Amino acid sequence: MSLDWQPVYLTIKLAGLTTLLLLLIGTPLAWWLARSTAWYKQAVASVVALPLVLPPTVIGFYLLLLLGPNGPVGKITQSLGMGVLPFTFGGLLVASVFYSMPFVVQPLQNAFESVGKRPLEVAATLRASPLDTFFSVVVPLARPGFLTAAVLGFAHTVGEFGVVLMIGGNIPGETRVLSVAIYDHVETLDYTQAHILSAGLIGFAFLVLLTLYIVNGKLNRSDAL
Amino acid sequence: MNHRMQCWRGHTLLAAFLLIAALPAVHAGEVSVAVAANFTEAARELTARFAAATGHRARLSFGSTGQLYAQISNGAPYEVFLAADSERPRKVDSTGHAVRGSRFTYAVGALLMVSDKEGMFDDGPAFLEAGDFQRIAIANPDTAPYGLAAQQVLEALGMWQPLQRKIVRGNSIAQTYQFVATGNTDIGFIAQSQAVSRNARNGTAFGSSWQVPAELYDPIEQQAVLLTRGADNAAAAAFIDFLKSDDARTIIAGFGYSVPYLNTAQR
Repeated sequence: MSLDWQPVYLTIKLAGLTTLLLLLIGTPLAWWLARSTAWYKQAVASVVALPLVLPPTVIGFYLLLLLGPNGPVGKITQSLGMGVLPFTFGGLLVASVFYSMPFVVQPLQNAFESVGKRPLEVAATLRASPLDTFFSVVVPLARPGFLTAAVLGFAHTVGEFGVVLMIGGNIPGETRVLSVAIYDHVETLDYTQAHILSAGLIGFAFLVLLTLYIVNGKLNRSDAL
Repeated sequence: MNHRMQCWRGHTLLAAFLLIAALPAVHAGEVSVAVAANFTEAARELTARFAAATGHRARLSFGSTGQLYAQISNGAPYEVFLAADSERPRKVDSTGHAVRGSRFTYAVGALLMVSDKEGMFDDGPAFLEAGDFQRIAIANPDTAPYGLAAQQVLEALGMWQPLQRKIVRGNSIAQTYQFVATGNTDIGFIAQSQAVSRNARNGTAFGSSWQVPAELYDPIEQQAVLLTRGADNAAAAAFIDFLKSDDARTIIAGFGYSVPYLNTAQR
């Protein structure tokens, strides 16, 4: 049975880039959430956690309005000569970053919080700058958190459907990701292709989680020396 | 009158009252109807008229014709199927999900090319060939008959391959309409009935529109069929009969469809 590989490549590309972006954006954000005592900290945490409870169709719908030609972001992108983001890979990237953010930020925040104040104070007494402290002390201690965040962010983006359905436009090679392709095959009663893609997705998800749990287990054991 | 007779009178009155109150419940049936997305507004108005005329309630579910057909094939509890083509009702018939002989054409649809922006085009083919637009929305040809018609038009104009990168597929004609109406695509192919509804709803027409000549696509013959689930439902049979009535046909024609055998002024 020939497999349509295009949605697979597209999905991996989308999930990979989303995870990368989220690690870059999410790390400082999670660090701030872990350490800040600002009065609005919990409000920020709630906004970050919103995609956990909002139906994806709601997220997709409002993104469609915001990013469209009549929305504030859409007007900005148009004035920059970029056109509008809906129905483009870039638009999916933006949507995925927003949609998967809590899955990256929250594990990181938990990991940073569990580092505690002590190691940071000790590093300071040894004349480490904040940046040095972060990279030499915090990151190694929070390694399981980084791994969890990366894996969850990736897997969650792979499973994204409602948002893509709203602002994707089902364009082969650009926005026709795996979840939409499977949906299409089911709708047109092409169950064979749907089975192949779905089984592949389930197998992938299982392997990812298995790897996560095994590696996390090893890291925890090696830390508990 | 003694106490016993008073009790009997009270009970008789109560029984009579309950019987009378129960009568409408005995007569008012319910029918579950699967409706193709393009027919949404028309179906809602028909349902209201149907309830007023017969007392029966129709529960409507909307989706693209292909999606509804897939659900029916897998046992979805619909009793009447209002498709946007004749192919799916024929398939439903041949796979034994429909009551024989109940299939008929309830409307003939028309395709319209529109844009949210004013003055974008008058001559559709010339505009498409010039290609001075970023995105064009059509319904998914695999699941929506209006999308298939749009594909046929583009193929007839020799523009199907050249426009591939610009085509955005909505999963139903309803989503396609949403893409065009919100300006997220520059132009799109929608159902004429959707433009008529918009006009009726808020008095505005699309900025630009081109009535697609009927010879560029296969006629969109929308057929209805009574499903086996509704074979014993009086309300379902009543709904089918209602669709064939002059009352219903006038309403359907009012939404921009052509209606076969309409007794009033022919379209």
